[in-house]
Parts: sequence; C-alpha cells; structure tokens
Amino acid sequence: MKIEIKNGRVIDPASGLDRATSVFATAGRIVGIGDKAPGGFQAEGVIDATGCVVCPGLVDLSARLREPGFEYKATLESEMAAAAAGGVTRLVCPPDTDPPLDEPGLVEMLKHRARQPGFAHVHPMGALTVGLAGQRLTEMAELTEAGCIAFGQASVSIVDTQVLMRAMQYAATFGFPVWLQAQDAHLAKLGVAHDGAVSARLGLAGIPVVAETVALATYLQLARETGARLHVRRLSSAAGLAMIRAARADGLAVSCDITVQHLHLCDEDIGFFDAHMRLDPPLRSATDRAALAAGLADGSIDVLCSDHTPVDDDAKQQPFGEAEAGATGLELLLPLTLRWAMEAGIPLPQALARVTSDPARILGLLDRGCGRLVPGAPADICVFDPAARFTVSRERLKSQGKNTPFLGRELQGEVRYTLIDGHLAYSADRLL
Amino acid sequence: MSTTLPPVDELIDRLAAQMRPHVAPDTVLVGIHTGGVWIAERLHALLGLTQPPASIDVSFHRDDHHLGNGLRAGGRPSHLPDTTEGAHLVVVDDVLQTGRTLRAALNEIFDYGRPARVELAVLVDRGGRELPVAATYCPLTLGLPDGQSLDLARDDAGRLSFSLGEKRGAP
Amino acid sequence: MTQANPQLNQHGELIHLLSIEGLSREILHGILDRAEPFTAVAEREVKKVPLLRGKSVFNLFFENSTRTRTTFEIAAKRLSADVINLNINTSSAAKGESLLDTVDNLAAMQADMFVVRHASSGAPYLIAQHLAATGRDHIHVVNAGDGRHSHPTQGLLDMYTIRHYKQDFTKLTVAVVGDILHSRVARSQLHALVTLGVPEIRLVGPQTLLPTAAAQMIPNAPLRVCHDMAEGLRGADVVMMLRLQNERMQGALLPSPQEYFKSYGLTPEKLALAKPDAIVMHPGPMNRGVEIDSAVADGRQAVILPQVTFGIAVRMAVMSMLAGVSQ
Repeated sequence: MKIEIKNGRVIDPASGLDRATSVFATAGRIVGIGDKAPGGFQAEGVIDATGCVVCPGLVDLSARLREPGFEYKATLESEMAAAAAGGVTRLVCPPDTDPPLDEPGLVEMLKHRARQPGFAHVHPMGALTVGLAGQRLTEMAELTEAGCIAFGQASVSIVDTQVLMRAMQYAATFGFPVWLQAQDAHLAKLGVAHDGAVSARLGLAGIPVVAETVALATYLQLARETGARLHVRRLSSAAGLAMIRAARADGLAVSCDITVQHLHLCDEDIGFFDAHMRLDPPLRSATDRAALAAGLADGSIDVLCSDHTPVDDDAKQQPFGEAEAGATGLELLLPLTLRWAMEAGIPLPQALARVTSDPARILGLLDRGCGRLVPGAPADICVFDPAARFTVSRERLKSQGKNTPFLGRELQGEVRYTLIDGHLAYSADRLL
Repeated sequence: MSTTLPPVDELIDRLAAQMRPHVAPDTVLVGIHTGGVWIAERLHALLGLTQPPASIDVSFHRDDHHLGNGLRAGGRPSHLPDTTEGAHLVVVDDVLQTGRTLRAALNEIFDYGRPARVELAVLVDRGGRELPVAATYCPLTLGLPDGQSLDLARDDAGRLSFSLGEKRGAP
Repeated sequence: MTQANPQLNQHGELIHLLSIEGLSREILHGILDRAEPFTAVAEREVKKVPLLRGKSVFNLFFENSTRTRTTFEIAAKRLSADVINLNINTSSAAKGESLLDTVDNLAAMQADMFVVRHASSGAPYLIAQHLAATGRDHIHVVNAGDGRHSHPTQGLLDMYTIRHYKQDFTKLTVAVVGDILHSRVARSQLHALVTLGVPEIRLVGPQTLLPTAAAQMIPNAPLRVCHDMAEGLRGADVVMMLRLQNERMQGALLPSPQEYFKSYGLTPEKLALAKPDAIVMHPGPMNRGVEIDSAVADGRQAVILPQVTFGIAVRMAVMSMLAGVSQ
C-alpha cells in the first residue's frame, strides 16, 4: 500500500526537521519526505494531516502487557489497541510476567503472538536471573536470540550483590544491556510512599530516597568495574539524578529514564490516600519532581516512558498501602509529553525526541531508522492534533487497565492516526 | 396584627397565686432551660419553697434530632435533686405550644427516678398543641398564628420581657 | 491534585469522623462542648439517652482491639443504638472477601453507622469515598484507628482531658513522648494540638521512633523534635506518653525495653522537670516499667483513668453529632 500523509507539520527530532511537507510510504517503509512525491509514486491512500503534527511513532521503554499470567488485568489485544491509540509503535515489556520472561520459549511465544498487523513492535526485556529470584543467571545469549533486547529485574532487586556483579559481568561479556531500577530491597521494605512530610502525616510507611541512592551507588560502581552497559529505569529522586550526572561527568556511559507520573506528580498528590498515586518507585517530593523535569529538559535524563502497568480494580480499590502499584499510561504518554513541553517551554521537536529518537538510541535501533522519519526507515508514524483537548476517562481508555492518576484530568494532544510498518493501526475517524 | 402582652412580672405574680394553694414546702420546681429556669427562680422566692429549684435540658430527648436541630453545642447538663423518687415536681416553662418540649422533659425526668406527681406551670399557653398536654397552672392563654414567635428574654439587670416577632426558618 | 475533604458535607458539617486533620478549631471545640453534658449521663439512674434509638451501629474491626471496641459499644448503647460487633479478620477477610465487598454487604443490612478499625492507613477514607460514590453517604463512618494514621476519638478525648484540667490551649507546652513513628494516637494528638493553638509541641523519642520528617509533618506547626527526654519535659504543662508495642522493643528499632526505659521511661525524677502542676496522660494499655514508672502512673499528676471516662462522653458526642446531621 502506497500512502501519502500531506498538509502536516512533519517533525523528525533526530535530524531537527520541522516543516510543513508530505511523507510518502511504500511497503512498510518511508520512501520520501518532501513536497513532491518520489518518481513513480502513485498514492493509494492519502491522509490529510491538516492542523496535525506528523512524527515518528513513539517508543516506550516500559510497558507491561500482562501476558503471560495476568490476563485478568490485560491482554495483548487490549494493550496493543491502547498502544496504537496512544501513537506508540514500539515498546519494551519488562520480564515480570507469570512465569517471568526467563526462558527462550516464553519470549518466542510472546514475540510470535505480538507479530500481527497493526500491533506495535514488542521488545521483551529478559529476566537477568531465573524467576527474577536473584540467584541464578538466565541463558542470556539464548534469550537474546529469541528476541530479548536487554536484561533486567523489573521491580525486583537482586539482594545478593555477588550475584548482581556476576550478572553484570556476564552481560558485559556479550555486550547485553542491563536495565535496573535502583531500589535497595531492605531500605524499601514494607514502604508504600516517599519517606517525607506527607508519609509522616498520613502514617504511611516510607521508602527513603537513600533506598534509591544506595542501590544506585552499587550499580554505578559495578558498572565501572564490569563495563556493563547500564540503563537506570524509573529514576525518582533529585539525589539519584545528581549521581547519574556525576557518573557521566566521570566518563561512565550510563543512561536513564523516568516515567510520566514522576514527571508530573509528587507525594502531595496522594491527597486523602488516593491509591491511583500508589506507584513504584513512589512519587517523591515536589523538589524531586522539579529536578527530574529539569533533568529531562537538559538531557541528563535520556528518556520519558509511560511505565504502563494495567492494574485491575480489585487490586487498586484497596487501602493505599495494600493497593497494587502501577498506572495505565500508553495512551497518555504523548499528551503528558506535550504538557511537559508546554509547561517547561521546551520546543516540540526536543520534547518529542525524549519519546522517539532517544529511546530508539537506548535500544540501539536509531541507526536502523527506528524513532525517525527518514527515507528507508520503517513506516512507524504518529499523526496527532496538538490542539485537541480531551478528558481522561475509563470509557475512553482502550487499555484494560483503567486506573491512572490522571483520570478526570483534561489533557491536550490527540492521536489521529498511527501507522505501524505502513499499516494503519489506529484512526480516530471511524470511517477509515 | 399587634398583640399587647401584660408585663412578665405581673404574669409571674398571677402564676404564683394560682400555685400557692397546691404546693408544699418540699415541692421541687424544675425549670426547663433557659426561660423556665429564670421563671422557676422567681417562683421559688415567691412561694417560699425549701428545696432549691432544679433545671433540666431536654436536648437528649428532643424528637427532631434527626432534622439537624438536636444537640446544640454547649448543651448544659440537667441538675436534678439527688433523688426525685416520690417527689412532687412542678415543671416550669415560659411558653406552652406543641407539647413536645414537655414530652421530652418528662422523659428526661424519668431517667433520674420515679416522682410521685408531676405538674406543669407556664406563663403563656399560645395554643397549637400537637400532643395531649395541658398546663396545670397558666395565667394567660393566647391564640397566636403559627408563624409568629414568642420569646422570653432577660436583660443585664435581670428583668424579664416577652417579645413577639416573625419565626425565622422554623422547621 | 486537591480532593474535597470527605468528612465534611457541602455545608462544612461533619458527616464522618475520619481524622482530626482538616477539622477547624470551631468543630473541635464544638465536639468537646457537646461531650460535656454526656459526662453526666453515666451518673444517672438510667444511663441511656434515646438519641440513636432505632439506629444500627456496626463495629467493623478488621484489626482486633477489645478495649477500643468496648468503649465504642458502651457509647453507642448509652445512646440507645443497636450495636453489632464484627471481627472481620477472623471471618470474611480470611475467606478472601475484599474490604469494599464486606462494606457493601453490611450496608445492605441497613447500617446507619460504621465504626472502623483497620491495620491500613486510610482504610476508613476508602470506605467513606466508596459509600459516597455509590449514593449511600447517609451511612456515617467513624474511624476507630487506621494503621499509623489516625485515631481521632482518642485525640479528641485527650483534648477534652487537657481542656478539663488546663482550660486554655494557647498557653501550653505539650510533650508527646515515645513511638511517634508508628502511632496513630500521636498523629491525632498533634493535629488537634496544632489546630487548638498550642504554641509549643515537643516530639520526644529516639530517631528510630520518629518519622524522618517529623518536624515538617504538619505545615507551619510549632513542632520541635527532642531526642533528649530532659529537654523535652522541661517546663511542660502536659506530658502525653505513648504506648510502645511489644514487637518494637527488641530488634532494629530499640535494643531492649530496659534501655528504652532508662532513656525515655517517665519516672518521678524526670517528671519533676515539668511544671509542678503538669498532667500525665497515656492512651492505654500501659507498659509499666517500659514507658512509664508505676509511681507516675498511679501518682497525683496522672489523669489516665479520667481519660477513659471522658472517652465515653466524647464518643457519644461524636456519634450523636453525626447521626443528627442532615445530609
């Protein structure tokens, strides 16, 4: 199918391209960008993007699909529909499924199930240790062959630092990236909220910032020692960010991401025990939030992710401390990125880089055109109306997970069309 | 419509005169907060009773509690004699209208014991009864429309006076 | 994100008692004023008033506490309510029923009031919000202790006791001593003391038993952290002792009850540092020889038993106030 997307504001964050022009795609690839069609191109389908932005499809470094094992929370079908509706064309799913993604067969099955027209590209993150138990290493080479793009532990920490060091040494041997969330298991034990004035007042057991910094110090030292390619997932604190900056200044190649929740919310938003604010890591203080926003703006934080985690109502409608952590986010990644850009005065191409080209770079796929709008790149494209407003509601969300702190909030930026490999995966117009 | 009321002091004198043949020195006057307490104090002096006058607050027994009119903050505790068992009580109030206050007052009194006899003395019976209640002693009967209020007030010098007015947002 | 305070209706009247936080000085004094006539009810021949006649009060205790349950039961019964006691940790929760399912079931039995005790901070809020969201906010919720968060009737009875002995809150120095980190009682006391205008409040205890942000836990409040007991007690008008739970006495928080008593146990010698007319309070049950010396617990400055008596009147006041409010 030959498709022309015309009359839109075309933005390719990686190259800085930002102008009104057309994008041409054939057989799943972008074949031209410009005011004139490439020679011999006869459009079979035309998308009129008047008033819209045309950008690379979003790349989300953390989105739980809940398969296998938690199909009552979400299914591949429901979450792929959510991804397409959110303009997300490529995502990484963490290994905390049931069973965890620690065997090649499980990874192959997931890849196979996800390989359908209109489904986003799914990159499983393999478990670093068997069963995420922090004791035995997984068959990382086999898992990589099966399709794993990196290795990590999801939200589970490796308590035994010797195992952690060996896992990083082994991964470094083959150049496999290691993605870790910095949270010391003991210091975070039983905690449900940021250890600060709000948790003190509400009587919620605290997770101190040192739970992040102590673990982070260990990771950074081990990364220096082993040479492992470390990506720190879901950073939450100003102190943690300062350590990342210092490590980089010191020459260590380390990258990191934060979630849209931590970019926009802080512990004060817990209000009267709103379990939608129960997240992992916990929402930190307003000062931490501001530091993360600044870090994202200046590039100290590489990537903004949704950390999409569908949670069913039975698990969410509980007293704060008993509620399951997590929020649905695939459909909110784009509008929350735009909101940050608007609030912080970040130019749109720079803001979009944090959810397109930058995550593609972390995945090592930027050179292959992922997260870009250039001839030869996969035709993974998002067309959105930056001015359209909508209110987040359970009915509107396509994800099976209906719980997010942003329920009831008005956001700006609505996806009109999503193309994945040149296939129209989502259209806001019912006719198409 | 204007109704002129006799001075309160004159009404109290007339009430005392009605009661005098029927009370004994150990009769206990029980004033209902707030107006009834003031009147009971006057009657006590006029009648030369030996027992100090008692007072009760009927908030605990009001039947309009569920309408949000129940306990007022700062409700005063009732003060009844150590034993009301076998006593002759005269409940004293300023105005008798629906009879509901008296019903509540009787409940309150019976929470403290079983008196031999209970009578009712009021300054004004304004009509409008909703319960089968009648005053034993009453010097003045008026027919006031429902929308009109009749309130007893006491000034700094201790003088009592009635005022007529419009009821504000009455339930 | 701001949410409306779920314990007040749109007229600012109390419909649930979930926490002291968010209640004005007027409301707090209003509850204490209202409690006053109830103190006399227990001295009558008939220790009962009919304010809650025909109402069903459900004691929902997801965490066992015979003592607290009994005080609420007595208060409700003296108001003539029908009281139904449910110890849920031994029934439905063990069968896997969710908190809100339990609430739905009991609401369907025409409950008028839930008195809730739960091990999780905020559980009564969840219940009140759920009742509101399902159009059943004629059912009132009274928090009888949730996790570490709040125990508002205990806080109120403590304020009643202080007002009874000291009258004016605005000239007092109050010391709260012990395990503040895990104490819902302390949190209720602190909110009440701050709202009632106490100008100096000292939080006394070792660092392991105080929240990290203890002095900032209530914005703009005169909270002062003292790790030294003598400094915390010097010149105090009111000493509020907290109970130290058994499971905290040995381990990573404290080495031993003996060592705790040495530093933070209230002895006559330490109490002598406070004002001569200082009162000593304790929410009970006391650990004699751990947080308080018997000579103090039974001494002339202790007002621990009056606290218990006032507690019934305060709970009667709260329940009758909630039942009397029009929706």
